[in-house]
Amino acid sequence: MDAAVSQLDPTGNSPDSDDRALAIEARGLVKRFDGTLAVDGVDLEVRQGAIYGVLGPNGAGKTTTLRMLLGIIDPDEGVRRVFGHDHPHDIARLIGYLPEERGLYPTMKAIDAIAFMGALRGLPLEEGRKRGRELLERHDLAHAAERTIRQLSKGMAQTVQLLGTLVHQPRLVVLDEPFSGLDAINQGKLETMIRALAEDGVTVIFSTHVIHHAERLCEGVAIIAGGRVPYAGSVETARDRIPAQVRLETRAREGAWMQALPQDTRREGDFFSFPLPESGIEPLLRQLIEGDAGILSLSIERAGLHDAFVHIAGEAAARAMEADRMAEAG
Amino acid sequence: MIESALIDPTEKSRLSRIQAAWVIARRDFLAILFSRSFLFFLLGPLFPAVVFALSGGIGAAAVERSNDTRIALQMPSEDIKLLLDAHHRIEKELGYHAIPHFTIYDPGKGAEPIDIDALLADPSGKTGATLTGTLEEPVLTGTQRRVNAWQGILAVQLSMARNDTDVSYPALRTEINTVSGAKTKSQRRNTAQIAITLLFLLTMLLAGMVLSNLVEEKANKIIEILAAALPMQAVFFGKLFAMLAVSLVGIAVWALALGLVLLFAGDFGGIKQLLMGLSEPGVGWPLFVLLFIINFSMGYLLIGSIFLAIGALAATVREVQTLSMPVTMLQLFIFFFTQIAIVGGWTPLELIAILFPFSSPFAMTAMAARSDLIWPHLLAFAYQAMWVALFIKWGSTLFRKRVMKSGSGGHAKVKRSWLDRLRNKGGTTPNQSQA
Repeated sequence: MDAAVSQLDPTGNSPDSDDRALAIEARGLVKRFDGTLAVDGVDLEVRQGAIYGVLGPNGAGKTTTLRMLLGIIDPDEGVRRVFGHDHPHDIARLIGYLPEERGLYPTMKAIDAIAFMGALRGLPLEEGRKRGRELLERHDLAHAAERTIRQLSKGMAQTVQLLGTLVHQPRLVVLDEPFSGLDAINQGKLETMIRALAEDGVTVIFSTHVIHHAERLCEGVAIIAGGRVPYAGSVETARDRIPAQVRLETRAREGAWMQALPQDTRREGDFFSFPLPESGIEPLLRQLIEGDAGILSLSIERAGLHDAFVHIAGEAAARAMEADRMAEAG
Repeated sequence: MIESALIDPTEKSRLSRIQAAWVIARRDFLAILFSRSFLFFLLGPLFPAVVFALSGGIGAAAVERSNDTRIALQMPSEDIKLLLDAHHRIEKELGYHAIPHFTIYDPGKGAEPIDIDALLADPSGKTGATLTGTLEEPVLTGTQRRVNAWQGILAVQLSMARNDTDVSYPALRTEINTVSGAKTKSQRRNTAQIAITLLFLLTMLLAGMVLSNLVEEKANKIIEILAAALPMQAVFFGKLFAMLAVSLVGIAVWALALGLVLLFAGDFGGIKQLLMGLSEPGVGWPLFVLLFIINFSMGYLLIGSIFLAIGALAATVREVQTLSMPVTMLQLFIFFFTQIAIVGGWTPLELIAILFPFSSPFAMTAMAARSDLIWPHLLAFAYQAMWVALFIKWGSTLFRKRVMKSGSGGHAKVKRSWLDRLRNKGGTTPNQSQA
């Protein structure tokens, strides 16, 4: 496919069945830095209440895209709307943002840091402190409330910042590489938290270079590579881009029935592997039975998001993303 | 249900710019005020004061030592007696440090005739000159400088000794004239110059705090959270006013400390004498103090807004240092320029000083000292405020354009920013833009 052409399949859900209003809408976003194209015509739509992933390797333009969506920087071209507003700062109260570069005032107490982040979004300090204590308690960090950020472990400080992002109870939460730097247990906790937010009707959009987070959580994804978005839409539709693979095992090794197999069939040991024919599996099955192939097993496997990513963004982007993941893990 | 679900997302729901600036200003003000660095900052002027006091002590000791340089006196015993008598009388009138003193070589007490050349060549320098001969024919020998310095006072003493007559000092009735003979234009200019110098020192000392604050913010990586939640202009305004408030607290503490020192320790460094000697400014003292504070605030905001813009431009501490140097030079230039420009009388130079935003607070302070006009100050404050707003807008725009241009993917690349590229002009441009 032509990677330059964005394919917009609105939101994370089936376009036909979803009538939820848009939380985020971006059309033709372009951003240049010193003449270099960082983001080149990004289109995406995120419906309210969806969990949406921006998927791509480091340097693809994820952070720049999120920053444009949040109004931290303005696009050189194109429009973005958040809850219908051209200027996201106008609805700052409704948004929570966790940047990739985590930062807190080192001398501030954890509880004050949470309250301050709420105050930035219009939450009175006292209310912020009250909610902050509840949140810390819920995340088994009540003991850390009066400690300064400097005294907290990296993981604890990261949790404090995340709680600060949520303390004002936003309706849209934007997380830039939220899983980065977390151990497996905390990654699991974060996934649970994201799902809980979505259940409460909160729209969550996060960037990641780890496909399985997006695959597990997201209804919709934007695949971004080299500043472009070759695909934005539901995860299901992305997976459907690649025909399902059929794996067939037969008793007969040879025979006329083999002519019924598609041309691009690969032989892998005792198995035949080929894409699911457009006409479906039934006509093929009939021919195999009539040809006395002796079917021992037959399975139809849907493509994963990783396969879809490779198919859409290309091998190079997939390799870069894998390298990022390995670098972070190692 | 989450609280924000109750908010209509089609309606605006954000803090006003003033509220946003207040959130930032409150945090910064309290954080700085209760930090150890602010304590050190407050103690900052103590070090120059100690140096000043020490140098005063050293200076006094030097004066003391210079007073130890004596005149070797050898005359007939009777003449020495008469001369010392005159010497003591004049010392009583003028004080110990005002007159040279003698080392006596009295032949009546067995002193050998002095070797003038050997005494004056003595490397200890204890003998600055010799006085020999008699009262009728005294001879003062020494370097030209010593002879010039001492011949007058010695002549008086010799005259008194020779005639043995008492010089009487009539009681001088004094009357203090409070009418403004002293409050002349030139004296007001002195007041203006001192006020400008003080303004310059305070601005220079305090404006750098803004820069370090923003650099710290960038180092802490907080800035993106602020930029996402609030308009950058509001963030900049908040930071600037917080630092101004901190500065005013600092000035108040220093003023109080100085007042207490002057109250309990006397005229420390001659400051009291200096202040008492200032002529009343054109607008009167109370209004002058008020205008000084406002002018300081405007000067601080102007230079602070430039420092914020520098902080916005710079990606590294090294760049901050490189970029702040020209601004410091600009401050110095403005100071000297204003000193020249305040000759008075609405000269073109003074008008330029008033119109150039960075020198405007200095020129207006000088005007407050010289002239009793009030309206120019009101105009000037509005004009300066306009420039502050413009600089902040410029700085915040630069910040959004220059600083927020990369995530982790480009983080290392940002460090080689535009300044480095200028240095390495001709080299390849680093890939600076992707997230």
